[in-house]
Amino acid sequence: MKPAPFEYYVPDSIEHALDLMSQHAGEAKILAGGQSLVPAMNFRIVQPSVLIDLNRVEQLSYIREEGDAIHVGSMTRERHLEFDTSLAKRIPLLTEATPFIAHPQIRNRGTIGGSIVNADPAAELPVLMLALDARLKARNVAGERWVDAQGFFAGMFTTALEPDEILVEIEIPFLSPRTGWSFMEVAPRAGDYALMGVAALVTLDESGKCKSAKLVYLNAGDGPVDAKEAAKSLEGKTLNDVLFESTAEIVSEKEINPFGNIHTSPEFQRHLAKVLTKKALKQAAQRAGESQ
Amino acid sequence: MTQSITINVTVNEKEYKCEVEPRLLLSDFLRHELGLTGTHVGCEHGVCGACTILFNGESMRSCLIFAVQADGHNITTVEGLSSPHFGGIEGGLHPLQQSFWEAHGLQCGYCTPGILMTLVPFLKENPNPTEDEIRHALSGNLCRCTGYQHIVDAVKLASEKIRELEK
Repeated sequence: MKPAPFEYYVPDSIEHALDLMSQHAGEAKILAGGQSLVPAMNFRIVQPSVLIDLNRVEQLSYIREEGDAIHVGSMTRERHLEFDTSLAKRIPLLTEATPFIAHPQIRNRGTIGGSIVNADPAAELPVLMLALDARLKARNVAGERWVDAQGFFAGMFTTALEPDEILVEIEIPFLSPRTGWSFMEVAPRAGDYALMGVAALVTLDESGKCKSAKLVYLNAGDGPVDAKEAAKSLEGKTLNDVLFESTAEIVSEKEINPFGNIHTSPEFQRHLAKVLTKKALKQAAQRAGESQ
Repeated sequence: MTQSITINVTVNEKEYKCEVEPRLLLSDFLRHELGLTGTHVGCEHGVCGACTILFNGESMRSCLIFAVQADGHNITTVEGLSSPHFGGIEGGLHPLQQSFWEAHGLQCGYCTPGILMTLVPFLKENPNPTEDEIRHALSGNLCRCTGYQHIVDAVKLASEKIRELEK
C-alpha cells in the first residue's frame, strides 16, 4: 500500500496556491491535513497526478471573532478548534462536538477545511456546518465567492467547489440568545466512524416556547442530513418529552435514509436516530432554558 | 520523471539532510532511509496507530504524512524517548517505558512504540488520568494481544512515577 507517483507543489501563500490550482485544474488535489486523502492514496483508490500542499500557507490558519461571527481559516487544525476559548464561548456546539472527530492523533493534523471539502456523510464537521448555518468562502485566481453550507454539500464526497477553487475560510455565526445545543453520536469505539449522530440546536422565544430548531444527522444519507420537517414541528410549541417523541418519529421514518454498513443495519440506524433525537433535544432545550 | 526533493529534518534531536521522492511516507522514511525501525507500520491508513510519532511534539500518524512535509520540522520516534528532554534517563528507559516493563504492558510489542508516542503527550496534558481517560486516550491504538488491561496498569504506574520524579 504505497501512493502512486505525483507531482508535488508546496506554495507558501494562498495566491501561489491559487495560481497552481488554475494551472492544474481538474488534475490537482489539495493536500490539507491528509487524514482522509493520504489513506485513500495509500490504497490507490485516489491517484492524483498533482498534489498541492497547503500546510505551509500560514495565512490560512486562524480563529478570530469579527462582528457576530467567528472566522476560521480553512487550514486550522481540528485540535485548535477543540481548545479555542472564543469558540467555546460563542459556539459551544462546535467545541462539544470536536472531540468526537476521530482520535487526538488525527485532530492534531486534520483541518476544518479538509474535512468539510471531503464531505464524508459520516464526518462531524459537515453536519456542524449545516447545523450552525456556516458560510464558506471559496477562492480562485479570478476572485472569491461565499457559499452557504446549505448549498455547499452536493452528495457523497461531493461539494459545490469548482476544480480551480480552494476553500479558504469558514464563517460561523455566534449562537443566538436563548439557544441550547447538543451533539451526540453512537460509535462502536471512541474515535471510530459513528453509526449515527446528531447535532441539535433549540432557540426559545421570550415566553419559553420554541422559536426555531435545527436537527442535522451524520451517516444518515449521502451527505449531512438536515431534518427540516422535524425541526419545523417544534416551532411555536412548548417543548416536552411527548413532542420530542413525535419529532424523533418524523426523523426516523421520513427524513433520514441510512444505508447500513458492516457494523449496523439501516433499521438499527433508524432506531439510534430516534433515541439520539429525543436525548439531544432534551439536552438542547434544557440548556436553552438555563440561558434565559 | 521522478521528482526528488531535498529535506532537512530533525529526528530525535539529530539533523538529517536527505533526498526524497514526494510520495515517500514519513513512516517509510524513518524506517528505510534512517534505519529507525522502532516506528512500526501496521495498517498504513491511519487506523491502527502503530506508526504514531511526535511531529513538533504532537502525536500524529507517520503513515499519513509525506516525508517532504517534515522538511524543517522536529520529529521524535520511540528511539528518542529515553532522552532527558522527555524525562528519560540517558542510555536507560523513559519512566513510561519502565512502567510498561514492570506492569507487563505488552506481549508481542508491535503496537507498543505507537502507544508510547501517544501517551507521552497525553500524560503531559493529563498527569493524573482516571482509568476511563486512559482507555479513551488508547482508543486510537490497536493492541490485539493484551486486552489492554496491563497497558492501563502501566499507564497508571507511569503517571505515579512521573509525578514522583517531578516533585
